[in-house]
Amino acid sequence: MSKTIRIASGQGFWGDLLSAPAAQVRRGPIDYLMLDYLAEVTMSIMQKQRSRDAAQGYARDFVPLMGDILPDCSAKNIRVIANAGGINIEACRDAVLAEARKANLQGKVRVGAVFGDDLMPRLQSLIAAGHTLNNMDDGRPLSAVLDRVLSANAYIGAGPTVQALQQGATVVITGRSTDTALTYAPMMHEFGWKPDDWDRLAAGVVAGHINECGAQASGGNSLIEWKNIPDLADVGFPIIEASEDGTFIVTKHKGTGGRITRGVVAEQILYELGNPTEYITPDVVADFTTIQLDDAGDNRVRVHGVKGRPNTDRLKVSIAYQSGYKAVGTLVYAWPDAIQKAQTADRILRERLDRMGAKFDAIRTEFVGWNSAHGHLAGPPRADQPEVQLRVALRAGEKAPLEKFARELAPLVLTGPPTVTGFAGGRPKVEEIVAYWPALIDRTVIEPHLRVEVMAA
Amino acid sequence: MRRVQLYRAAHGRSGDKGDTVNVGVIARNADLYPILVEQVTVERVRAHFGDLVKGKVERFEMPNVWALNFLLHGALDGGGTVSLMTDAQGKTFSTALLRMEIDVPADLVNLLHAPA
Repeated sequence: MSKTIRIASGQGFWGDLLSAPAAQVRRGPIDYLMLDYLAEVTMSIMQKQRSRDAAQGYARDFVPLMGDILPDCSAKNIRVIANAGGINIEACRDAVLAEARKANLQGKVRVGAVFGDDLMPRLQSLIAAGHTLNNMDDGRPLSAVLDRVLSANAYIGAGPTVQALQQGATVVITGRSTDTALTYAPMMHEFGWKPDDWDRLAAGVVAGHINECGAQASGGNSLIEWKNIPDLADVGFPIIEASEDGTFIVTKHKGTGGRITRGVVAEQILYELGNPTEYITPDVVADFTTIQLDDAGDNRVRVHGVKGRPNTDRLKVSIAYQSGYKAVGTLVYAWPDAIQKAQTADRILRERLDRMGAKFDAIRTEFVGWNSAHGHLAGPPRADQPEVQLRVALRAGEKAPLEKFARELAPLVLTGPPTVTGFAGGRPKVEEIVAYWPALIDRTVIEPHLRVEVMAA
Repeated sequence: MRRVQLYRAAHGRSGDKGDTVNVGVIARNADLYPILVEQVTVERVRAHFGDLVKGKVERFEMPNVWALNFLLHGALDGGGTVSLMTDAQGKTFSTALLRMEIDVPADLVNLLHAPA
């Protein structure tokens, strides 16, 4: 039988089920564990953490997790690949090395770190050199908000991670690696796929897309037959069983909960998908209309037929910037006339804010329990609606008007419509909005700056 | 012909990219896919969502997975962290679309899921 490698998904986002990575390592055979920690604005949260404490700026959960699983990984020869480094890859690497030493794994654990995706130190000079980093959505040049930029990172492909694996890294820590590369870098390394083997790389991207959201590919958040998906309390995260020819099986450990069928995997394939004929990554453009799915036994789906095209000459850049403030407040109204009471309270609140001269960029009122998810498609409320949550959300360029709102909400309890509750959480908090600015940049500006370091514990 | 909610013929998932929602609508059976292609059109989807979608609606066909992928532009009040919506990431747009009604030929009615 030809060689297969098993690449397990352990985290779908920073804050995912903490028990999942250890379960992947302990409850059955795997060769690689991939952990995805980064969403669009995660980098800016990490940037803020580092500005308060220079030793922070990465996914902190990752370190105790490694302390827990490194002995097993070492004994079973499992390698870990994670974009946990955030904007302080060095500190994350050092913390993991310290965990390895604590576990007496000197000489057994080698940590690779991938540097060079962080563009913050270079932003001024990039713009000066004519890289305007225009917003992909509205075309504005980044110079329009430059003084408010909190983080800027280029999405990088699998190349540096593959290098680290070739240099013997047993753990690879990256910054803004694409989520999908965390899964197909091991395939490139193990099978010796060439960087222009477009179909195989595209298959790897599909595998990565299936793995990158954790249990969303194994029964979590699955709409199809959701009522009888077994034992989600003990959901098994997905595992890709990859073959050299680019075909692979999606499966999970025996004895775990959840479900993997053609329909469940199809839902994940459609997740956050744009034009399916061009799923653009730094390494290849994958055509998702070529994916073939077959049920191949109990909790096994076979994926094959994937086609790809050459990569593009630009990389995506993920930028976060400060863009005003927002606040959200809620109150709950009970039967009778629940919705009418909530609507009346909303009107009174707006009138009071108006009289104070508080100005907002936007105010949005929703009635949770009636129309907050589906809007007018929810139809009219029930005549005997038992209860409803009034939810008022506001946005402004300054904090002051939002602080006025925060003070005006609770008084409604004694000065507005009756049978109201749900205010015990205190005043609404005024939060800074960290907005997302997607842009493109020539890959030739980024790739020469990428650097791999492998250090033994 | 039987008029039913799309939910009975399809399942799906939705997500966000900035201010755009993508809704994947997946036929519950290969034989139901041509009905989706024919009836779940850009025009009908735009009319279904009405002012919930401010920008254009795009549709992509994926016969390989029996699916249609819709992009609903300008549907998230600016999107992500800027949005004031409870569903700022468009997670519930999937079933909002599955509320739409379609006509299913009598010989395919046995393939339908129970009503929601």
